[in-house]
Amino acid sequence: METRPFLELKGISKQFPGVKALDNVDLAVYPGEVHALVGENGAGKSTIIKIIMGVYLEDEGTITINGEQVTISNVIEANRLGLAAVYQDLTLAADLSIGENFFMGQFPRKKNGLIDWNHVYAKTAETLKALNVDVDPRLRITELSPAMQEMVAIAKTVHKKSKLVIFDEPTALLSNEEVEILFEIIKKLKAGGISVIYISHRLEEIFTISDRVTVLKDGQHVKTLFVKDTNEDQLISYMVGRSLTDMYNIEHYPKGEELLRVEALNRGKTIKNISFSVKQGEIFGLFGLVGSGRTEVVRAIYGADPIDSGSVYLKGKQEVIKHPSKAISLGIGLLPEDRKHQGLALNQSINHNINLASYKAISRFNFVLGKKERQRSIDSVQRLKVKTPSIHQLVGNLSGGNQQKVIIAKWLCCESKLFIFDEPTVGIDVGAKQEIYKLIEQLTKEGHAVILISSYLPEVMGLADRIGVLHEGAMPHIVEREAFSEKTLLRYASGL
Amino acid sequence: MRLFSKKNKFRIAEGNLLVIVIVLMVILSFATKNFFTVNNMRNLVRQTSVNGIIALGMTFVIISGGIDLSVGSVVGVASIVVAKLLLAGTGIFPAIIIALLVCALLGTLNGLIIHYGKVPPFIATLGMMQAARGIVMLLSNARMIAGLPKSFTGFAQLVFLGFPSLFFVWFLVIVITFVLTTKTVFGRSIFAYGSNIEAARLSGINTAKVTISVYAMSGLLSGIAGILMTSRLGNGIPTAGQGYEMDAIASAVVGGASLSGGSGTIIGTVLGALLISLIQNGGNLLGINAFILQIIVGVLIVASVWYDQIRKTAKN
Repeated sequence: METRPFLELKGISKQFPGVKALDNVDLAVYPGEVHALVGENGAGKSTIIKIIMGVYLEDEGTITINGEQVTISNVIEANRLGLAAVYQDLTLAADLSIGENFFMGQFPRKKNGLIDWNHVYAKTAETLKALNVDVDPRLRITELSPAMQEMVAIAKTVHKKSKLVIFDEPTALLSNEEVEILFEIIKKLKAGGISVIYISHRLEEIFTISDRVTVLKDGQHVKTLFVKDTNEDQLISYMVGRSLTDMYNIEHYPKGEELLRVEALNRGKTIKNISFSVKQGEIFGLFGLVGSGRTEVVRAIYGADPIDSGSVYLKGKQEVIKHPSKAISLGIGLLPEDRKHQGLALNQSINHNINLASYKAISRFNFVLGKKERQRSIDSVQRLKVKTPSIHQLVGNLSGGNQQKVIIAKWLCCESKLFIFDEPTVGIDVGAKQEIYKLIEQLTKEGHAVILISSYLPEVMGLADRIGVLHEGAMPHIVEREAFSEKTLLRYASGL
Repeated sequence: MRLFSKKNKFRIAEGNLLVIVIVLMVILSFATKNFFTVNNMRNLVRQTSVNGIIALGMTFVIISGGIDLSVGSVVGVASIVVAKLLLAGTGIFPAIIIALLVCALLGTLNGLIIHYGKVPPFIATLGMMQAARGIVMLLSNARMIAGLPKSFTGFAQLVFLGFPSLFFVWFLVIVITFVLTTKTVFGRSIFAYGSNIEAARLSGINTAKVTISVYAMSGLLSGIAGILMTSRLGNGIPTAGQGYEMDAIASAVVGGASLSGGSGTIIGTVLGALLISLIQNGGNLLGINAFILQIIVGVLIVASVWYDQIRKTAKN
């Protein structure tokens, strides 16, 4: 490691109305270093990133680049200084080609003043190839998978000759294989002397890819460590101020009668002949790589998508579910993967969202019984410990963990018997994750059944009683808890 | 603890709007001789009622995340259909019912096309706006239909308890739509639908029913407005309602409804409609050039949304 940091933040503070987002934080990133940033939601990670990228201006402190003090007043300035960020919601122009995205704003011109497209695409192809990203630069962004879009966004930062690239939760949408490819790319950046700031909730990634790690808590700098000198447990204890020896250590309760049975479910090419059953009190895991059809299976059961053939039984009785309302009346609740776009009405209140699926029970002649509506919300908020000043708070203003609790509350109000959790902890911090796991445990204790979809192996292995492994829409293997092993599950998921 | 509090139904934006409306009324009654006269007040209410009723239908559509550009043409349809029927000797009551059914049907058609055809509301209702106006012109040969029975045209001139009859119709619509939006499951569904249609569907809400209902209602209310207007003007007028969609949208937006869906209130829209009428009515009395008034209304629309954005940003 070189002696002089590429980017150095000293004594950075940032105050927002009512909250000190950052309090005297230091951060130094050396050339060729992968520096991880960890902390719970609200610890100040995104604020620090936004200050580096010129979205916010710091109240106090100094930023130096290569030893020279700088003021980063906007994103263009940040880019000029060689700083780039790959965000969760990618900032590519969806309807333009990869090449156009790379050269946007600075197209090379031929002598006659027209754009030199050959140069654009040749250069773009060269950059992509250097990073082993195998894709045609003429394709439009919408034609790429989400994972490929992310690779392209990363390649764009290389094309822009960035000196420091910030990755904010880059693996949230990626399958295990794609994460490998991403790590290869990061290693290439590193070898080229580029600095990387890496933010992820998945701690084991940090141990795989980064050199040093900085822990933030409540806007304050807790510790900066070499990853080789620390371990997951220690990091978690720094992050939450307490040690979590085993997050997934939940109680497994005795199973009751069969609640749901699915037989020979088929839907186009996405669901092929899927059969399984779930008992009361059981957590049935669905594991598979991205695109293996996990979400499609539960959406089909739930009546969100039509099916070609197959039958669904609830408590032994065959049911035809053609619309979510039918599934809900049968006691099925879906907690979708994409909370913001499918699970919640973000600009509506907590009160409205909690009662959304069960107004039938608290209305007379189509008139809502306002008192009962509020009482249910208050009870739910207190029972699930949703952090909010009021039940009239808009759901969009809550953190990911609290949003997830609101969705759970919604299904509890419907007296659901079967809870389908699709990636319940994506983008949720460590503390809230554990609360969600405890809630899942509580549900099974009360005799409810749970279907848990997760692409995160430790989670699904830790929680599930059985795991069905999907590969390209088919599910030939259902593994019992005693037989869980990462190797087996990954082998099945890869179709081996 | 606020957690237990009842929601404050009267929001700050509406409070501000109410203050502006009152202040404007006070200023106008001092600045002009004719503003605070019985005649002018009645006239103002009659004017506002027609736009006010259309704007309430528009509010439902906007809360659902849509837009209805066809309301002005539907006003024309109501006007011509009811006039034709009356001239053909149909009784007043059946003529009104048939005209309203036709308008509700046009709205339903909008909803069907938007839901099942997945045509964006802007396009679907733009098409309806053109087509419905075409129907009006065809039915009327683009000519005014005069000679309507006195018993029909007399209604708009009626005055009860000092208020013009149109006001009572408007008031009734206000009460019904207020109850629908704030007290019913249907109202809750529209807000959820407008906020996030997929989340609403996955929560068991019948999205087809919501889409079709809001556009049918918009059509029906435009029909009511059209009939009132015909009664007031005494003739079936083929160009009736032209451009009214813009006043209706403006009233809702000034009243705090967001075109991205999921927010909007009945009281806000009522105040928005009042404010726009006041500017026009007061401006006329003050002798301000009508084109300048148009500029003022334009500025008002943008400024009210701008102000709302500033408030939201400040809150975050």
